Amino acid sequence: MADKPPETSKRKPRYTLDEGAAGAFEGETVTRRRFMTGGALAVGGIATAAFGLPALGFALGPQFEDGTPDRWQDMGPESDFSDSAYVPRVMNVVADAGEAGKSTVYIRKFNSTRDDKRNDDLPYVAISTRCAHLGCPVRYIQASKRFVCPCHGGVYDFEGKVEGGPPVRPLDRFYTRVREGRVEIGERFSLNSELRRFSTRDPSNHLDGLWQYLYPARPST
Amino acid sequence: MSKLTPPLPKFLRPAPRKPESDEAPGNGAAPGRADKLREEAGEKAGEVVGWLDERSGISPILRANLYRKVPKGTNWFYTLGSATLFAFVSQAVTGVFLAMYYEPDTSRAYESAAHITNEVFLGELVRGMHRWGSTVMIILIFLHMARTFVFGAYKYPREIQWLIGVVLLVLTLAMGLTGYLLPFDQRSFWATTVAVNLNASAPILGPYIADFMRGGSEFGAASLARFYALHMLLIPGLIAALIGAHLYLVAKLGTTAPPWLKADKKALGKESV
Repeated sequence: MADKPPETSKRKPRYTLDEGAAGAFEGETVTRRRFMTGGALAVGGIATAAFGLPALGFALGPQFEDGTPDRWQDMGPESDFSDSAYVPRVMNVVADAGEAGKSTVYIRKFNSTRDDKRNDDLPYVAISTRCAHLGCPVRYIQASKRFVCPCHGGVYDFEGKVEGGPPVRPLDRFYTRVREGRVEIGERFSLNSELRRFSTRDPSNHLDGLWQYLYPARPST
Repeated sequence: MSKLTPPLPKFLRPAPRKPESDEAPGNGAAPGRADKLREEAGEKAGEVVGWLDERSGISPILRANLYRKVPKGTNWFYTLGSATLFAFVSQAVTGVFLAMYYEPDTSRAYESAAHITNEVFLGELVRGMHRWGSTVMIILIFLHMARTFVFGAYKYPREIQWLIGVVLLVLTLAMGLTGYLLPFDQRSFWATTVAVNLNASAPILGPYIADFMRGGSEFGAASLARFYALHMLLIPGLIAALIGAHLYLVAKLGTTAPPWLKADKKALGKESV
């Protein structure tokens, strides 16, 4: 340890001339071979990035744009709906996907005596059939006044709140409005167990307590 | 040529010259004419092989791989890897032919798949081979994996092979997942919806992974095209490349002897025991 050579003697000399490199110039710090190697790597990197980054952006693009239809969809005249029973209607969830882009929505009038006051600004309750467990299509059963999911046995009550099974939050809803006596539905929104509104989350995403911070809103909804 | 290259197998070695005889026994008309022709043909074939070998140097490589020595006790369990490879090749071939009729469009996918089954000549058979072959491939992978584990063949120096094998297993399962959507009937649509939402259930990153798989926040036209591209191009390409690396290591390191085999003390030499 004591006879360790001083640090300075191990350091590479600053100038190529001191290294004894062939054809070195006065004041040159990088050999031409090293410069060529670095240059070739840099050019190759730039060329790869030139096609790689746009291709990656192309594949990831849909993550950052809202692809859900933002127009209001006509669901029929107000006289079709009551506040005691749901009426099924067909709506477009995604444009340009044909039959596969359609889904059922259950609509009824907002019942001010029975419904939670939180959502009384919407004249109609439009319940999405997308189960909050893993996205299977739920069905409304009038006799029991409940929504039931065929896949894993999720059960929701008349308001769409979880009553049994694995779902983690109530059924999603859609914004509603009335124009010239006709009911229209707009964008989807999610709810937590107190029926507080959130921007759309995927099925299986919890929205109660601290869970809501683990499933933040994302740019595609 | 290295000393490790095995010698040519018997049937490829040039036959020793027959002792010269003017009269073939029992055949007076054309003595040894057939023999001469055969010899000539052999020489011509040898010339073609020699031409190829001189330019590619493939012969020692082929010989080292096809005629290498395998450990004593090698048995039928050692064919599971080749069986999996065969299953992959059969999936690739039937998949390419299915792609000639299949249309990855939300309004045409179901009809084109039904068209393959009901109208195309042998379509039901080819689609059936692809559909059942996928299950066979996954079963074979697990059997191959079990053989490797039970025989301890994952140990030094074959750890990289095991790791590549695990990646291949995951990629094959991903093939199963992406292929399941393509018939686009009710079952495949809802099963894939559930599978994507399962991915969405992971905290923070989950919804983004789901968005990537769907190509958006909802299951639509982009999702089917995406699954088709992954199933057709990206994952099979990765699998083929990794199979190449897996086989390279098999060729380089050879196979393991079964664990019940005792070391051959005679072969090791007395001084090393």
